[in-house]
Amino acid sequence: MTYYFDHNATTPLSDPVLACVSRALRECYGNPSSIHSAGQAARSAVELARSQVAALLNAQPGEIVFTSGGTESDNLAVLGAVRLDGVAGKHAITTAVEHPAVLGACAQLVREGAEVTYLKVRGDGVVDPDEVRHAVRPTTVLISVMHANNETGAVQPIAEISAIARAAGVLFHADGVQAAGRLGTDVRELGVDLYSLSAHKLNAPKGTGALFVRKGVKLQALQFGGRHERERRAGTENVPGIAAMGCTAEQLVQQRARESVRLAGLRDRLESSLLERVPGVRTNAHGATRLANTSSLRFDGIEGEALVIALDLAGFAVSSGAACSSGAVEPSHVLLAMGLTPSEARASIRFSLGQGNDEAQVDALVEAVVASVARLRKLSPVYEHA
Amino acid sequence: MRELRQDAFIAVAMSGGVDSSTVAAMLKRDGFRLAGMTMQLWNQRRLPALAPESPTGRCCSLDDVYDARTVAGLFRIPYYVVNFEQAFEESVVKPFIDEYLAGRTPIPCTLCNNHVKFDRFLEMAEGVGADYIATGHYAQVDFNNASGRWELRRGADESKDQTYFLWGLQQQQLARTLFPLGEMRKPDVRRLAEELGVPTASKHDSQEICFVPNGDYAEFIEAYFAEQGKEFVAPHGEVVDESGRALAAHAGVHHFTVGQRKGLGFAAGEPLYVIETNAATQRVVVGREAQLQRGSLRAARVNWVSIAPIADERPAQVKIRNRHAAAAATLKPTGDPSIVEVVFEEPQRAITPGQAAVFYDGELVLGGGWIE
Repeated sequence: MTYYFDHNATTPLSDPVLACVSRALRECYGNPSSIHSAGQAARSAVELARSQVAALLNAQPGEIVFTSGGTESDNLAVLGAVRLDGVAGKHAITTAVEHPAVLGACAQLVREGAEVTYLKVRGDGVVDPDEVRHAVRPTTVLISVMHANNETGAVQPIAEISAIARAAGVLFHADGVQAAGRLGTDVRELGVDLYSLSAHKLNAPKGTGALFVRKGVKLQALQFGGRHERERRAGTENVPGIAAMGCTAEQLVQQRARESVRLAGLRDRLESSLLERVPGVRTNAHGATRLANTSSLRFDGIEGEALVIALDLAGFAVSSGAACSSGAVEPSHVLLAMGLTPSEARASIRFSLGQGNDEAQVDALVEAVVASVARLRKLSPVYEHA
Repeated sequence: MRELRQDAFIAVAMSGGVDSSTVAAMLKRDGFRLAGMTMQLWNQRRLPALAPESPTGRCCSLDDVYDARTVAGLFRIPYYVVNFEQAFEESVVKPFIDEYLAGRTPIPCTLCNNHVKFDRFLEMAEGVGADYIATGHYAQVDFNNASGRWELRRGADESKDQTYFLWGLQQQQLARTLFPLGEMRKPDVRRLAEELGVPTASKHDSQEICFVPNGDYAEFIEAYFAEQGKEFVAPHGEVVDESGRALAAHAGVHHFTVGQRKGLGFAAGEPLYVIETNAATQRVVVGREAQLQRGSLRAARVNWVSIAPIADERPAQVKIRNRHAAAAATLKPTGDPSIVEVVFEEPQRAITPGQAAVFYDGELVLGGGWIE
């Protein structure tokens, strides 16, 4: 039996979504581009999902482009916006705490001849809007700032930054992969031009994502082929994945507010228990507005990697840092950017809660963490025994 | 292998190779609770200029991790990659470089065993609740009731014996270490691997020093300096004969090791060998093969593995490099308990500073030290 506390990595399928996927697999096997009725059934499923995802964002259905996931959405937004009409001489602004899907796309733009400014964040993980304002140049064409951070849950001042972007006449992309379904994601209120989503963070399957593209915003496509998604993303649609994403979006519209309150209660229970019972624990991104489900804690004198393994062997899934290509853990670039030392970053663990978690699970997790930390500290050459 | 409680929890060090994969499979067959772990020791993306064409067969390559993960998945063993890159760099790579620059010929595998595999890895294993670690080394560990000590013995397969690299182990490390292949011969291991369905059964053993992919140590050292943003000031010196006559110029003693014959930088009428290197003067002394013979050595930073430190001189067989048939010698204690003088019955060829002298009594590893 595993208790799963890693919902910022991915989430299990919810029952209604599973039912939706299996119905789409059985009944919507047609190609949505076909003329016949099998194709039409698949097309209907895709367009229903488009309107459901649009509703979650308060967008128009025509502003939703389905993709293969969060990485493609981020790439399409960042590369597509800057590459349009040529990269040369253009400037983009992002932050040091973005997901690799954005940082990797920015690095590619630099190789292609663009300039990119990487903004620092404060100690609480939040970017200062003034820094954004000062970074804007006449050549700036895009600002990309994530809505909520995957590792700390810190929420960025998206509405303030979008006002800066609008005043400067610069496109604004927000990576909403962690925020969607967890925070209010009304793209009109947020004022974003581009907004990325991933289905598998929302209890739907891997392999589907979406990009909100405000009406009138033009992007250079990443892949070439048929005229799918209004010529913005070639390739036959992943019908069951898209249907599932629509289904989960509809559920979130109804449940999000209540679920956020419930998860915040569980998260606070987890944090207050650990802070009370384990000495030498600190909250990362303390003081920032955080996602209700996310808790990044650092345990003095502990290798987070060892704690993750110990907890897994005890039946609890949590995470630490970012996995490199081999699967080994490297110190998180997010925590380092917040000013943590490499050893503080390595001592950090992320707990991220979701639909399946309840109080009993949280209490069991607390017991396991207390026992594992005590054992690891007994062996640690680093930790000063009080 | 020693008797274990059936509920023992064992962390298996899995490299992706046939030996450690077989260890995991046989312990699983025997019903123990296991966790498989691969140590990430060196980032192979570093020093890309040195990367050979094929990245296989190097430690910590993605292929090795893939193989280890596949084996763990096949046998339903929880599996983790643990990151010891920092410890490896500090306690293996940097001393390796320092030793070469000081004119010695180091053994990184021993440092890795002492400071990473049987230290950091053991600590990690204990931290996650394991009672023992198991590795694919060819060596044997037993408890001697009479002496009250854990004893290290050669692996039963003499051609695969790895005790030359394990003499630095301490009692508390031996107490928690299992070498399940110690009683087996390599062909038997391959056969068992096939029987158990280990998919790497035909893979070749790795040979090179894992973080020097192309085997060129001098080039590695210079590339490492460049990576660290430090200028490598190539030392200059002379290759001289025993009378001190200069025969050639060279670009640093780290290009030479005692006994080396090739790459001396000049043509001689007879075969000449490096007899001695001196980092302080940057002199490399060459001479005829007979001059490589030495009758004794001093071993420093001695560790006694299977016996208490000696108070009186005693006979032993001593290995001065991995591929060396242990030679009869007398171990003589000195005034300093960390230093032992080794006097051989017959002179030995190319006793090399930086290598280890490992002391045996038959199969038993008495201890060892670093050749000065």
